[in-house]
Formats: sequence, C-alpha cells, structure tokens
Amino acid sequence: MELLRFTTAGSVDDGKSTLIGRLLYDSKSIFEDQMEAVKQSSERKGLQHIDLSLLTDGLRSEREQGITIDVAYRYFATPKRKFIIADTPGHIQYTRNMVTGASTANLALVLIDARKGVVEQTCRHSFIASLLKTPHIIVCINKMDLVDYSEDAYNKVVEQYEAFAAKIDVTDIRFVPISALDGDNVVNDSVNMPWYKGESLLHTLETIHIGSDENHSDARFPVQTVIRPHADEYHDYRGYAGRIAGGIFKPGDKITVLPSGLTSAIKSIDTFSGPVEEAFAPMSVSITLEDDIDVSRGDMIIKHDSEPHVSQDIEVMLCWMGTRGPRPGAKYHLKNTTREVMAIIKEVYYKLDINTMEKLENAGDIKMNEMARVRLRTTQPLVFDEYRKNRITGSLILVDEATNETVAAGTILV
Amino acid sequence: MHKYYLTHLQELESEAIYVIREVVAQFDRPAILFSGGKDSIVVTHLAQKAFWPAKIPMPLIHIDTGHNFPETMEFRDKLVEKLGVQLIVGSVQEAINKGRAVEESGINASRNELQIVSLLDTIEHHKIDAAIGGARRDEEKARSKERFFSHRDEFGQWDPKNQRPELWNIFNGRKRMGEHFRVFPISNWTEMDIWNYILQENIDIPSLYFAHNRNAVYRDGTWLPASEFLSLREGESVENKLMRFRTLGDITITGGIESDADTLEKIVAEVSATRSTERGNRSDDKRSDTSMEDRKKQGYF
Repeated sequence: MELLRFTTAGSVDDGKSTLIGRLLYDSKSIFEDQMEAVKQSSERKGLQHIDLSLLTDGLRSEREQGITIDVAYRYFATPKRKFIIADTPGHIQYTRNMVTGASTANLALVLIDARKGVVEQTCRHSFIASLLKTPHIIVCINKMDLVDYSEDAYNKVVEQYEAFAAKIDVTDIRFVPISALDGDNVVNDSVNMPWYKGESLLHTLETIHIGSDENHSDARFPVQTVIRPHADEYHDYRGYAGRIAGGIFKPGDKITVLPSGLTSAIKSIDTFSGPVEEAFAPMSVSITLEDDIDVSRGDMIIKHDSEPHVSQDIEVMLCWMGTRGPRPGAKYHLKNTTREVMAIIKEVYYKLDINTMEKLENAGDIKMNEMARVRLRTTQPLVFDEYRKNRITGSLILVDEATNETVAAGTILV
Repeated sequence: MHKYYLTHLQELESEAIYVIREVVAQFDRPAILFSGGKDSIVVTHLAQKAFWPAKIPMPLIHIDTGHNFPETMEFRDKLVEKLGVQLIVGSVQEAINKGRAVEESGINASRNELQIVSLLDTIEHHKIDAAIGGARRDEEKARSKERFFSHRDEFGQWDPKNQRPELWNIFNGRKRMGEHFRVFPISNWTEMDIWNYILQENIDIPSLYFAHNRNAVYRDGTWLPASEFLSLREGESVENKLMRFRTLGDITITGGIESDADTLEKIVAEVSATRSTERGNRSDDKRSDTSMEDRKKQGYF
C-alpha cells in the first residue's frame, strides 16, 4: 500500500470540513465514539445538523471561534492507499499555514463553489501549490446540488480555471464535480450527474500515479549523524546515517563528499534488517565508505554524474512566517537539509502578490504571510539544488537568532 | 508498481528513523519516554533500527505511578536488559511523599495528572533537552495539531497557538537554557499502522495486549481490571472475563475489551473491524472535550 499526502485549504463556508468529514465518514475512518462526541457537541450548540468540522477543529480557541487556525493532520486509509490530509485554513492571514501544509504534499485539493466560480482564494491556493511544487491538483467543483447538477455550470467553472491555470506551473490538473454534503462523486459515482464520465474523487486519489514524484536521477545523501559502535565486533565501523534525498545509491558507486570535495566509493549500505543492494529516496540507511575520510553532519554525499550547486549566494523565494518582519542587516540561522549556516538577506528584488502572482517592486518591508524574492548570502557554502528539481535539497528555513523561532521558509531558485 | 517504491509502512518507518536521528544530532541529552505501551515499544524499536549496529545512544525514562500492571514492569525490565540501555525511573509516589504532588480524591481519582509533576521533575533533574514520545496525531484532536519537534517553555508548557511552523523535513530544535522539546517520531502513524508494523516486524509486546482471563468490573462502558486500587461501587461485581487491552496506562484507568484475539494476526483483524477509538476505554480522556489539550499545555505526554 502506498502513502499519499494531500493538502486542502478553505474557509468556513466553502464546504472543506464537510468534504473531509465525508471522506473520513464514507471510508469508515470515523469511529462511533468520535461521531457520538461530535453529535453531542453539535446538539449542545443547538445546531440542526451534525457539524463535521468539529472532527477537525481540535483546539479550544478553534472550537470557540468555529475556524481552523493551525494545520491539522488527518488520516484515513482504503484497501488501496493510506492518506494523510494536511488540513489548513484558507484565509490570507494563514498563508504560512497553507505553505506548511503544501510543503510535504503530493497533491492539492482545491475547492470551488460551483455558484461562485474561481475566486481570489482559489487562485491563492493554486499559486501556493505551484510555488511549493505540489505535483498534482484536483479541482473539486463543489455544491453541484445548488446549481441543479448542471453540466453547463460545471463546464463554465472548468473553463474559467483552465484560463487561470496558464499562469501556474502544475501540469497535472484534474476536475471533479461534487456535492460534499450529499456525497455525489466523493466516494461513490453520482446518479445526479450522468453526464460526468470521469472518476469519483476518492477513486482519483486512490489511483493517481505518484511513483515518479520522487527524484530518482540525482543522487543526494545528506549526512545526519555518524554511527560508531563502541563494541569489539564493530571496532572500526563508521556508518554515515541519513535519509536519501534523491537518486539511487549502490555499493561500489564512486562518490564525492560536498562541500569538501573528498572522494571515495560506497562499501556497504546498511540497515538493521541487513545490507541492501540499492537505496533510493526516501529510505533511511547507513552508508559505509571504502576510505577513512572526514565526513560529518551537514555534509552531502553525491555521485559524479550529477552535481548540486555549492555556493554562498542563493536566490530564493521566501515566505515570511515570523510575526515581525526581517530587521535590516539581521543574521539568521539557515537550515538546508542537515546543514546549518548563518545567513543575511542581501537583497530584496520584489514581493509577490499571492492572489495574482504579480511582482510588486518597491513594495516596502516584508511582513508576515508575504512572499518575497530575495538573495541570501551565507557564511559557509551551501550544497543545494533548484527546488523544482528536488524539494528536499532545494528548500530551507530561516531561524531568528534571538527568539529561535522559525521565521521564514524558502524555495531555492538557483 | 515500479521498482523504486516504498510501502506506506516502510515510508513511515523511514520518516520516524530520520526524526529520531535528528534528535540525537541536534540535542545534547535526549531520552525516550517509555510507558510500556505499544507505541513507546514501537518508538524504542525504531530507535534501535536508527543507530544499529550501535546501541540506542540515550536512556529510557519511565514515569512510575505506582499503579502499574505488574506485566508492564516485567516487560520493561527485560527490554532494558536486552537493549543494554540506561533506565531512568521517575516516581509519582516519591513526588507525593515529598509534597510535590497531591493525590486526587473522589470517585474518579487517578494518578494520571500527577504524572505531569514527576515527568517535568525527571526531565529537569536529568537535564533532558529532548524527550521522545510515542504520541500519534490520530489519537486525539489536540494531538492532531502537534508538531514532530514540539517546543516546551521553561515551565514545561505547550503553547498550541504559538507553535513553530514545520516544513518539509527540516526540524528546528533551537532553544534557550531550561527549555526542552518533546519529539514525536510516529506522529503520522495510526493505530492500524502500529499493529500492522508490530506484526510485520514481529515486535515483542506485553501479554496484556493478548486475550487472557482476568477479574474485572464493568464501569462506564469498559472492563476495569480488579486490583488493590479499585473499590467496588454499589451494584458492581467482579467477573472473570476473556479480555484484552487496546492501550496500556495505569491499571486504575485502563479499561479492557472482551476479546478472544490471542495472536497478533487476530488482533490486527479485530482492530481493523472495530468501530470505536482505542482511547474510548481511557477515562482520563473523557473528562471534557479539551481535556487532552489542557493536560498537554501543562506538560503531559
């Protein structure tokens, strides 16, 4: 069984919670006691219907305000796949939560109200999916029951979205007309929309091909830690522990350690269950080398056929997450894979309007939830790839030196 | 299916091993919180895998409420010996004796919340800067908002509204003196994943999880084990039942279910057919809609 991670974003009335509730309920992932608790809470609040959003909004402040604030992770499984939903709020003031949810997702579910068509929020969610290189988008055109299940209404929204989608960089976009409230085309095919010949939402989620989402061509192994057992049996053992971030490694492969440039060959690839003949992303393994060379946390082991960038100047699209914007000339801890260096924001080229993807030049200071195209300068060289080639080696965060807060997330452009 | 593909359990395992290695790389004095329950057993198994052929490079911490199942204690001691790791025990009884904690009274009294005091004292005394736990996001709604690396202030408290964003697989473990982190490597696992993994890896678990005969009392929809700590209320009687436990906590609050599942295969089949959550048998979670959030803010597991 494969694992598919997807993200949703939405606000109070677009039916996102209802859709998630429906997916969980129809796939039998909601237990009777959870349902009973939600039923009782709904009754206490004097609601006419069972409020499925109470399943997803867990924090006291969220329940009080009736909104999703943070990213909530939800799980369900069918006999075909296991799913992890990163459920995020949709309002612009929670852009950073949407970015967080999108960072690990294979797929984004974008919800459109069939009566309203493409709105600002639709664009924002799609742009975020595009910037974070979520490989697949499923556009759910919801509330079809309120437009009499009309094929024309559906086609109009599809055309509208396709016109907009020319601006985004996601190649796999699919459309499903649904009614989350009644369940049409969510799990089961709709009897109300015989004109729709495609698959239901769940069927698409179960079968969409995600096998080629990982990069299996550029070999990248960021070293997390060095394993040195102090036991007679493994006296000279020195294993480099890490999770493969790209490509395929085999014993005998010639490798280079970056940024030092030292070279060697792979002696073995070890796991607790025994040595393996091949290792690929996202496997966690330990690599031993033929030669006794200096390798430690923060180094990257690569193969000769494809070299990453090694530089102290990095072009980045930043999403600012800190409550206060960057202070002029401030230094930040920069984390990229297992490497940590100090960095300063050397230049801000422009800010990006996340609703329209317009470049805003001379738009003033960067504030929370804003995107900005910047150049960073680091104290030590970084070893990285373009984010579009590798989401692990091409991503970074900035940590405030004074507060230790994670204040920005960046995708590397070159 | 193409050649370079991991099953969901392999991917979850790889993610957890990555997280555990990050803890050891980023912190000076990490530890594993070990309750003797299946989740912390799986975490310990993953830690063993993460550092093989070396031993697990950190101690296990057990918070001993004094209200334990004897089977859990026996299991703990055997595992610690097998792994060759250090065991640190934080005692709730000691905290009560020293006046650091006050025993609850009343009909639903338990030592569940008192564990918070002993846990925080133990973390402080041993200068633990990262405590790895077996909490899962699918267990409870407050836990669904939890980070892998979860920051705790100098009072050991969690601030759910002000959590650090966590993106990709980059974990920010920076902190000030006196603060610590709780780390949850199996955040993305469900109860079903845990059982399937225990079956796949053939991991040893306490006998309490398998069907056995036991004296128990039916209370609040669950079978509470008869013990020296349980006093009968009017109309209640002790019965001998073929039963097992889905979760393990204190003997005073952990209810069992009637079951004849005496092998891992039968447990997996039973769990996949069940229609109620595992924590439904835990009276500590039934106190209010947000009782887990409230306890977590104070420093609970």
